[in-house]
Amino acid sequence: MQELAQQVVSGLATGSIFASMALALVLIYRSMNVINFAQGEMAMFTTFIAWQFMQHGVPIWLAVLLTLIIAFLGAVLLERVIIRPVEGAPPLTIVIVTLGLLTTFNGLAGWIWGYVVKAFPSPFPSTPIQIGGVGFSAQDLGVIGVSLGTLLLIYLLFSRTKLGLALRAASLYPAESRLVGIRVSWMMALGWGLASVVGAISGVMIAPVVFLDPNMMQGIIVYAFAAAVLGGIESPVGAVVGGLLLGVTLAILGAYVDFIGTDLRLPVAFGIIIIVLLFRPAGLFGHVQQRRV
Amino acid sequence: MNFRIIVTALFAVLVIVLPWLIPSFLTFEFTYVGAYTIAILGLVILIGNSGQISLGHGAFVAVGGYTVAVLLQNLGLPYGFSLPIAALVCGLLGIALGAVALRLESVYLALATFALAASVSPLLKRFKHLTGGVQGISMPSAHAPPALAHVMSNETWFYYLTWGIAAVLFALAFKGLHGRVGRSLRAIRDSEIAAIAFGVNPVLYKTLAFGWSAAYAGVAGALLAIVTAYVSPDVYGIPLSLTLLAGVVMGGLDLMWGAVIGGIAIEFLPLWAQRVNPALSSVVYGLAEIAIMMFMPIGIAGALMRIKAARL
Repeated sequence: MQELAQQVVSGLATGSIFASMALALVLIYRSMNVINFAQGEMAMFTTFIAWQFMQHGVPIWLAVLLTLIIAFLGAVLLERVIIRPVEGAPPLTIVIVTLGLLTTFNGLAGWIWGYVVKAFPSPFPSTPIQIGGVGFSAQDLGVIGVSLGTLLLIYLLFSRTKLGLALRAASLYPAESRLVGIRVSWMMALGWGLASVVGAISGVMIAPVVFLDPNMMQGIIVYAFAAAVLGGIESPVGAVVGGLLLGVTLAILGAYVDFIGTDLRLPVAFGIIIIVLLFRPAGLFGHVQQRRV
Repeated sequence: MNFRIIVTALFAVLVIVLPWLIPSFLTFEFTYVGAYTIAILGLVILIGNSGQISLGHGAFVAVGGYTVAVLLQNLGLPYGFSLPIAALVCGLLGIALGAVALRLESVYLALATFALAASVSPLLKRFKHLTGGVQGISMPSAHAPPALAHVMSNETWFYYLTWGIAAVLFALAFKGLHGRVGRSLRAIRDSEIAAIAFGVNPVLYKTLAFGWSAAYAGVAGALLAIVTAYVSPDVYGIPLSLTLLAGVVMGGLDLMWGAVIGGIAIEFLPLWAQRVNPALSSVVYGLAEIAIMMFMPIGIAGALMRIKAARL
C-alpha cells in the first residue's frame, strides 16, 4: 500500500510535467489549429539558458525568473518572424515549419552546449517529506505543486482577465474579434509566449530528474501530445487531466505488470489511449462537432 | 495533355540514363530517392487525395523491411517473393488501421497514427526472437541476376529495380486517382456528407486509401531493406515517419510528381546541410525546411504548377 502511494505520487509528478507540456500544446492549438512539435525543444533550449545563468553564479530562483522572461519574449519573436509568414497556409505546412524548428533548436543546443549530459540542480530539498508515515520525495511534491500552480494561473488568466477574454475570442471568432478591435495576430504571438513560459517551467522542473541534454524533452513531448489529445485537444482542463492520468498509468503499468516492464510502457499506454478515443473520438473533455454540407 | 506526356517521357529517359552519368555512390543515393518516392506517393494518395492524416507511415516502412528480412532469415525466401508479401502484409495492416481511422479525425487521427510510429521501435526491440532485438537483422547482400551481372553493377541493378517498381506503382496510382476511385476519395475529402448523398461509400474508400498507401510504404521499406541488406529498430523511429510527412508536404500534397520532389528533398537536404556546415548540419536542415515552407506553402510542386499556370 505504501509502495502504491509512492508510485502514484511519482506518477503524478511525471504526469504533471506531461500536463504542463500538454497545456502548452493546447494553448497553441487553440489559437492556430496546429500541434507545435517544437514545443519540447523550445522548453529544452530555455532550460539550457537557465543552466547557463546558474553557471555564471545566478541563484536558481532568479535564474528561472530571467529564463521565463526570455522564454516569453523569445517565443513572441519566433512567432512574429517564423510563424506569421505562414499564418494563412494550410495547417500541415505550419506543422512542417514546427518540425523544422524542432531540428533547428536541437542542433543549436548541441552546437552551443554539446551533447554531454549535464546535471541540473533541483530547486527543492532532497530530504523526503513524511505524510502519514509514508516518505514522498520533495522533488515529486514540488513538481506537482509548481505545475498545478502554473496551470491555475493560466486558468485565472483566461477566465478572469480581459486579456484572457481577448485571447479566447481571437481563437474562436477571429473575424468578429477583429471587428471589435482585438489584434488577432498579436494574440497568436501572445499564445506562443504563454505556451513557451509553461514549457520552460516544466523543462526546469524535469531537468533534475532526466538531466540536461539536447534530447531531454523528446520522450516527454510524445507523451504530452498523447495527453493533450486524450483530454480533448481544445480543452486546457482536459490536458491537465490527460497528463496526470497518463503519468499515473505509466508508473503503475511499469511497476506492477511484469510483462510490460519499461520496454512496452509506451505501446501499451498508446494502445489504451486509442481504445479510449474509439469510444470518445474527441477526447475525454472534447465535443464532437456537427458538420454540415 | 501533350505537355504532360512530353515531361513524363523526358523524366523517364532521365531516370534511365542517370546511373551511367553519375558516380556509383550517387546511384546508391538515387536508389534511396526512389524508395522514399514510393512511400511518399502513398502519402499523396492518403493525405492529399483522401484527406486522412498519417504521422505513422514509418511503421509500415518498418514492417515491409522486417517482412523481407525475417522471410529471408527464417525461410530463405528470396526478395522476388518476399517483396509482394511485404506489400500484402502492409496493405492488410493498413486496412486494419483504416478501420480504426474511420472513427477519428484531424488531430485525433494524427495521434492514433503517431502512436504507431512511436510504438514500432520498442515493439521490435521487445520481440527479439523474431526481430533480432536491438541488433536488428543483417542479410547477405543481394546481387544482380547473373544474366545482367556483366552489364551493370549491383548498385545500378538496385537502382533500376527500385525505379522500375516505382514506375509501375506510379502507373497504378495514376490510373486509380484519375478514375472513379480518385474522384470518390476527393469527394469524401472535400465533404463526406455530400459524397454519401451522391452514393459514394466512405467506409470502403477511406479504408482502401489506408491499405493502398500502407502497401506502398511497405514496398518502400522492403526495397530499403534489400538495398541496405540490414534492418534495425532505431532506423524506423518517430523521425522516419515525420520525415516522410515533411517529404509529402514539401513536395506537394496532392500532386503525384510532387512525390519525386519530396523524395529528392528528404534524401539530399540532410546531405547538403552536412556539406554546408558539418557542425551545424541540423540547424541548416531545419532552417531550409522552414524556408521551403515559407516561400512555397503548398509545396515545391505546387509552386512550380503556379508558375506554369501564370505563364500559359
